[in-house]
Order: sequence, then structure tokens, then C-alpha cells
Amino acid sequence: MQSFQYQDAKTVDDAVSANGGIAGAKFVAGGTTLIDLMKLNVETPQTLVDINRLPLTGVESTSDGGVQIGAMVRNSDLANHELIQKRYPVLSQALRSGASPQLRNMATTGGNLLQRTRCYYFRDTAYAACNKRNPGSGCAAIDGFNRIHAILGTSEHCIATHPSDMAVAMMALEATVHTQGSSGSRSIALDEFYLVPGNTPQKENVLAPGELITHVTLPALADGTRSYYLKLRDRASYEFALSSAAVVVRVSDGRIRSARVALGGVATKPWRSREAEKELEGHPVGEKTFQAAASAAVRGARPLHDNAFKVKLVQLCLVRALRVVTTEA
Amino acid sequence: MSTSVIGQPISRIDGKLKVSGAAPYGSEHAIEGVTYGVPVTSTIGSGRIVSIDSSAAEKMPGVLGVVHHGNVEPMYRPAQGFERMIRAGETRPPFEDDVVYYYGQYVALVIAETFEEAQAAGAAVRVNYQTTKPLVLLGQAPAPKDPPVFKYSRGGAESAYAQAAVKTDHTYITPVETHNPMEMHATIAVWDKTKEKLTLYETTQGVVNHHNTVCQMLDMSLESVHIISPFVGAGYGSKLFPWPQSLLAAAGARHVGRPVKVTVTRPLMFTTVGHRPYTQQRVRLAASRDGKLEATIHEVQQETSMVDDYVERCTDPTPMLYSCPNVSAVQHLVHLNVGTPTPMRGPGTTPGLYAIESAMDELAVALNMDPLELRLKNYAEQDEGKNLPFSSKHLRECYQQGAERFGWSKRNPQVGSMRNGDKILGWGMATCTWPGSRSTADVRVRLLVDGTARVSCACQDIGTGTYTIFAQVVADKTGIPIDKIKVLLGDSDLPPGPTSGGSAATATVLPAISNAAEQARETLLKVAVGTTQSPFQGADPKTLQITNGRVHTQDKSPDTGVAFEEVLKLRRLSSVDAQARSEETENSKKYSIHSFGAHFCEIEIDPGIARLRITRWLTVLDGGRIMNAKTGHSQIMGGVVMGIGMGLFEETVYDARNGHPVNSNYADYLVPTNKDIPNIEVILLDYPDIKLNEYGARGIGEIGLTGVASALTSATYHATGVRVRELPIRIEDLLQSTVTA
Repeated sequence: MQSFQYQDAKTVDDAVSANGGIAGAKFVAGGTTLIDLMKLNVETPQTLVDINRLPLTGVESTSDGGVQIGAMVRNSDLANHELIQKRYPVLSQALRSGASPQLRNMATTGGNLLQRTRCYYFRDTAYAACNKRNPGSGCAAIDGFNRIHAILGTSEHCIATHPSDMAVAMMALEATVHTQGSSGSRSIALDEFYLVPGNTPQKENVLAPGELITHVTLPALADGTRSYYLKLRDRASYEFALSSAAVVVRVSDGRIRSARVALGGVATKPWRSREAEKELEGHPVGEKTFQAAASAAVRGARPLHDNAFKVKLVQLCLVRALRVVTTEA
Repeated sequence: MSTSVIGQPISRIDGKLKVSGAAPYGSEHAIEGVTYGVPVTSTIGSGRIVSIDSSAAEKMPGVLGVVHHGNVEPMYRPAQGFERMIRAGETRPPFEDDVVYYYGQYVALVIAETFEEAQAAGAAVRVNYQTTKPLVLLGQAPAPKDPPVFKYSRGGAESAYAQAAVKTDHTYITPVETHNPMEMHATIAVWDKTKEKLTLYETTQGVVNHHNTVCQMLDMSLESVHIISPFVGAGYGSKLFPWPQSLLAAAGARHVGRPVKVTVTRPLMFTTVGHRPYTQQRVRLAASRDGKLEATIHEVQQETSMVDDYVERCTDPTPMLYSCPNVSAVQHLVHLNVGTPTPMRGPGTTPGLYAIESAMDELAVALNMDPLELRLKNYAEQDEGKNLPFSSKHLRECYQQGAERFGWSKRNPQVGSMRNGDKILGWGMATCTWPGSRSTADVRVRLLVDGTARVSCACQDIGTGTYTIFAQVVADKTGIPIDKIKVLLGDSDLPPGPTSGGSAATATVLPAISNAAEQARETLLKVAVGTTQSPFQGADPKTLQITNGRVHTQDKSPDTGVAFEEVLKLRRLSSVDAQARSEETENSKKYSIHSFGAHFCEIEIDPGIARLRITRWLTVLDGGRIMNAKTGHSQIMGGVVMGIGMGLFEETVYDARNGHPVNSNYADYLVPTNKDIPNIEVILLDYPDIKLNEYGARGIGEIGLTGVASALTSATYHATGVRVRELPIRIEDLLQSTVTA
């Protein structure tokens, strides 16, 4: 780890002005990604602006029936919050499937959205080639061991998987990210928040330098909407997804009236699958529909040497998630 | 003599120190003026160091020095293979020359006032390499040309195989596994320049071997080096022998004239402190149609490093496990650009049994015979490899009791036929085994005037309960209660003890503790009868007894006697002392001494999502006399957990391009979590093996792990029809199944 300046912010304005968008400045919240990467010399900020004291810890109902979540709400608090458990079980399930209790107690809502990839080659500076870490240097993963890597949204420059479970659930819930920067505040649909790597894998989202996530809002779900998160991995706990599916579905009279599908563990960003949704909406509940959605979801998948199994696994994952969410309790 | 403490479920006497954080581990000893050594390690798999530029690092705050092959004081190789109790993990001392043999090899050590300063400076050291293409994977290596490191033959295995009615021929692969004890290796070296004395605070499974070996490698006398290692946060074999960080700390301390602490980081645990080597094992079995084994042919290739010939003795159980007239076994080494492998819990037998027991399961399928019945049909009544009787073998009872308790007779052998709702059940079983042995130990027992006893030995407790067993035996032999017995281990100043390895420490120390305690007790009783004013003056010491710390005549209650320390006080003695030695006995040549057992398991497959979960586990074990029901049970349970890790999760994955283990951390190198482990039922038969020692204890630290992986692959086959011949069992394998819900 390299030495750095440390500043403590007490208000959002303080934090934004302390960061100032200057190169080398970073916000630190739970630190479960950033501190880790600083120890590996992958992140080498010159200034850390500590936002742990910002008053962004509320989870509240909004006037339109949705929920507003402060950026500093810890993952474990969010997972166990009554409003979330009641209205958005998919989010609670996703959060509880992630990391370990210790990490969830530290990790924050805003931080989780910005979690960096677990790509082995990104996390190890001994590899010169990593376009995410060192733009233009190449990708060591494409010809390396790429079992955990992405099959969707990849490019010839980067195949790193987005690791978050929470963000996958929020993607299916059509969350909105609210930010504040030096030029004011704005709201960004989560679907537009993340970027696929393309030829700029170092750019993972649309945040401007020094822009701070303050809240996330979730819209109200129509009555009768059900949601579910399924995560598949080698062991039963404490492992990133090899495939996950967040499904938010409303069924009436045996037909799927609305469906939101997002996939994790298989893509370079939390992966909203409108292709799968199209195969679901208006179709009858049943294996045939689910299979069609799963096939649509992996259309265009680009498997590599070690991760070809994910093409099948993520389909199984989605089919099962859909079956569970459409089965009356 | 009371035997009430032997075999009881006694909690570890060091437990309170450990759970309260008061037990100092290797890196935790508070040393005044300690400095921090952070290694710089190679980022190539093979080649030479052209130059090391440490000029920038040396100017950084707090930096005291940078040691590398260009400026290190000479170190030497150990006389390994020529002398007893001399063995290093890697025989090449660090910084011996400019050659890089593997990724992660130490190339420099930066020493600074604080850990953070040393780390920052370490990142500023520039190393230029001349890189050559490394050879990392056994599959990419040319076929071995060197003569085999192991060869065994009886009968005519090849011709018997050729003529047999039913046969199997498959190759089984076990990947590299990394030990990953919770406590990482660490050394604090304190160099006293005026006295020319070196103290090394360590975490080692072998204080005496560590002492002997580092003295040779540092060219120092035994008297001038002191090893202290009171607690070990597990080792699983990775701490059996000294690794380079110990020598680096010593060299660093001599270089800067200050105490130096070197802690091996988790990533470096994957390169610099050994691993279980990759093995590729072809097993051919042949049997008559009624299931009698006619030929067993076991051919092993196994990787080792470029610098050492480490042999993973996979073929150890092959000649003795089953009755078979024609057996051959051969093993070859393949040298790769990886760190030197080292024994990992159940070395040799664990990967060996995975292959042999998998082959037995496949043979049972080929014979259309129950796999347990096949084992019983080929039950070895004696060790056909050594032509010796077994000292005490109760494997048949393990099979029978296990089968009955598990309900094995209800197993429908047809693949995918057993169900629990939507889940497919798979039942598997396997034999487990581990040899019993003992070596040399010296133990000192003192009965002290303060009313306590003290027992000491340069053995060590690696988390298995050794402290407690020392106290139990002293209590048993002297009649002094356990809470009055202080056990001193893990210090090279104490009488030399054995390495905690091979499951032999208990069997080795027991006779020495027992004899020393017995002698001390006898001396005390002699004092009791030979001292004026003693209530027992003139009595025959044979009529006396010590119970709960009180000396009394055997025919009267302990209340009528006196506390043993009163006897010492009457004589104005500080203590009575005794020391005893135990050694290997002739019985090890007259008998084949082995523990045996049987695992039975049930897995559930959710075919819709290719998910495997273990739902039941039963292990029935004949491990000789169980000295402590609680720690003994935990040892077997822990072994099974580790075997489940081997079966389902563990694999160190190397980047073939440079030999870098890419999953070198606790998040990416998978071991079981609590959620992966079912209730594990362990039944210990508890037959004393008195051919090995008077208590009949064999040592059970490793056997629990052996056989587990093949029980799991057998169960997986039973449920899914997929035979996994390369561990671990992965989702990718389960996706191949055609069995549906």
C-alpha cells in the first residue's frame, strides 16, 4: 500500500468539495473493495475522502410507493430491513447471498454498486496486461484461466465479470442512482449507469470524477408482483456467483404480465436481459416459456476456454428462478 | 494407577488461552525493537535475475536494508537424506544464486522500521529478469526418463491382468492443493550480536527438526540457536520443515543487527511453503467374475520442483489394502517450475486412495457387485505387501457397523434410481487407512513442591490436543489432577521430541511420558517411605498410591494421606525429577501396524441446477485406543471436512504461462464453508493396539481425510452417472449428467 492523504467528510457537500474531482482522489465507504485493492497496489489513491459519517443511512418509503436507500446503508442493514424484505425480497436475497456477514456489515449500498471485478489478472499488478488497470496494455485473462469470467458484454479488451449480487437485483428492480457532483445533482437509471467494456474497460460507469452516489431509489412494484434471486456457485456460501438470476414477475390468469430479468456472474456488468423479458411477457407460465427466455438470454454469448459451462448454467439458473417465482407459495 | 482420565472427552487445556487470544502464535510474540522484513518475490516462472535495483527503496522512510543474493551472508544446504531429523521444506537456501526456479520465489527482503514502510519499499524494488519458458503443468511435460522413485511387485501383475475376466483401466488426477492453515507461516529472528546467539520465534510442526536444520543452513551451532514455538495455528504438513522465511528472518536480523519479523502473506502461502503435488495415477484392476481381485497395477506420475525430489507416496497402500496375488506399483517424478511440494495431511495415501478406491468402485460397477461386498470379498487378513500379520485390524467391523448404521443394504445400485422428492440421491463408500508408527522422544517430568507437576518435551501442539494428552498421561501415571499439571512444549531447550507428522506424535511421546511420570512417582514414593517424620516412613512403597494429588496407602482412602508436596517439604526438596526416552520397537518389524476405517456418504443432486450437496456422512474408524474422545472425534471430523474440500472444491490453479497460482487467496481458493458440511457422524471402535505402545493409541490426525474424495466421486456416479476422474468434482462435471428429475 502506498501512503495517501486522508480526509474525513461530515456532509455531502464537504465530501464532494474535498474530492474535487482531482485525479487520485477517491471516496472510501466500507472499504471492502478499495482497501483490499490498495493493499494489492491496484488502487493507489493519493487522497481518500472518508464518507462513513455522511448522513445517508436511511431506508424510507417514498411518496410514490417506492423506497429510497441512502448510499451509506450497510448491506446487512439493507438485507434485513423490513421494507426491503416485504416489498423487494429479491434484493434482500441477493444481499444475503453475497460475501460474508463480516463484509456485509461493512459494505455499503453505494460502494457495492461500484465494486470492482474479481478478475485474477486485474487484481495482480505482476501482470502488465490489464486494460482495466492499465489502458492499452492488453488482457491477460483472455488467454489465461478464465473460468470465472464473463460470456456476455465482453470485448476483445476485457472479459472481467461484474461481481455484485445486489446490483443484479437492483437492475431487475429498475433502480435509479442519485448522485451529487461539483456541477450539481442528477439521477441515472441503473441500466444506464453501467458501461460495457468495449475498448475502454477502465470506464465502468458514467460517474464523473468526484461525483458521489447519495441514494438509490426503487420504484413501487405493481400489486401481485413477485421477485426472487437465485445464485449458483461451487460452494454453498462465501463465493462470487458463477451464475445468478434476479427475476421480478407479475402473473395473472396463468400468463406472465410483466417480467424483469437480470443476470449476474456471467456478464461484464449487472446484465439486464430484455431479450429474456420479451420471451416472458404475455406468454403462459411454463417450462417452454422459461426455456425460450433462457435461450434468448444467452443469445450472442461468447464463451472462452474455461467458462463455456456458464452458457448452460445461467440458463438453468434462470429457468429455476422463473419456476420458483411463478410457483404459488 | 487410575485410568479415569484416559479416553475421556477432555477439553483442550490450552483452549482458554486460544479463545481468549492469550496464546502467542508465531508472529505475535512482543519483541522490543522489532523491525519488519517484507519479501520481494519473482514474477517469472523460470529464468535469471539480471539486476536488482534497490536504490529507490533504500532511500524510502524507515528502510534499514535490502538483502538479496548479491549481499546475503552465505547460507548452506542441509545434510538432508544423510542425517536423521534434518529436513528443509526447500533444500535450496533463499538467495543462493541468481536463478529463478518458480513464480513467487524470494528474490529480496526489504527491512524497515514498520510493516507499512517495508511494504511500500518492497514495491519500489526493481528486478530485471532474463526469462525462460517455464514448465508448469505435468500434462505439458515430456514423459519422465529418470528411473522410478518407487517400485513394487509381487506375482505377475501384467500377465494376470491380461488374462482376467473383468477389468478396469482408468487414470485418476488429483490437482495441486495448498494447505492454507489459518495461521500463516511467520518467523521473528532476534540476533544477539555480543553473545552470537539467535532466537527464532516460529510456528512449526517440528521444533527439533527446525532447530537442527536451520543451524546447518545458517552454519551455526545448536547451542547458539534457540527455537520457540509454543502454539501453532495448524499446519497440515506445511509447517513440518523450515521454509525460507525462517532463514530470511535470520539473515535479515544479522544484516541489520535488529530483530526482524517476516510473515508469509496468504498469496505466498501458495508458492513458498509447499503444496500437495499434482498426481496422475493409472490404475488397472482385474478380477474373476465373482469379484476376487487377480491383478492390481498402479502407475503414478507426480510433480516436484526443479530443486527437490519430493516423493508423494501414492503407492504406499497399494500392496497392503486388499488381498491380491499379483500387484505392481511404480512411481515417477516430473520436475516442474513450481515451489517444492511437501506432505499435506495424509500425504501419499490420500491421493493414492482416491485412485485405488475409485478404481474399486468402478470394478464393482463392472462386476455388477455391491462395492462394499467387493471390499469384503478381497479383505486382507494380513499385510500381503510386507508379509506380516496386522498388529490389530478391525476393518471388517468398521464396514459392518457402518453399513448397518447407514442402511447400506437399502442401496439400489442403479444410477439415478434413488430419490428424495426432486433430488437424486447418491450413496458412496470407501475404505480409509493410515499407518501407525512411533519414533524417538525424550520427556521430562517434575513433581514440584508447589503442588504442581511439570512435563516438558520439545514436541509441539499443532492444534490437535497434544498439550492435553501430555497432561492426561501424567495425571494417569502420577495421580495428580490435570489442572495441577503444566505442560511445556514448543521450545528447543526442552528434551528433544518428535515432529508432529505422520500421525505419529502421540504414539511416540506416550511411552516416554508414561515412563518419566512413572519414575517420578516412584521416586516420590521412595522419598515418602525414606524420610523421617513422613507418615509413610518405613512402608513398602508398593503399598502406596497417589490419588488426586494425595499420597496414601492403597487400602485407605486418599483423605487419610497427605498432599504429595508435603512429602517434598518434609525432605526440603524442590522437586523430584525424571526423564525417559521412547524409541521405535521391534514390533514395527514384526507387525504391520495400520489404522483402518470406512466412510459412507449420501449426496443430493438437484439436477435442474447441477447442484451437489452432501446430506449424510458416517465414518467408522479403528484407530487404536482413543486417548481423548473429544479431540479424537474432532480429528476425524476435521479430516472428513478436509476430504470434502478435496473432493468438491480445492485446486490451486496455475497460469501455465508463468506458473503463477491465480487463485492464491481465501476467496478464490475454495475450502468448505460450514454450509457445505452435513452432520458428520464418527464412530471410534477403540481397540487398543498394544503392539505399538502400552496404551494402544495409534494416532488419528490424518486417516479421516483418506478415502473421502473417492466416497464422494462414487456417490456422484451413483446419482448422476458421471464418473469424475479428475478432482475436484465441479459443476462442469455435473452438467454432463443425463439423469433428470
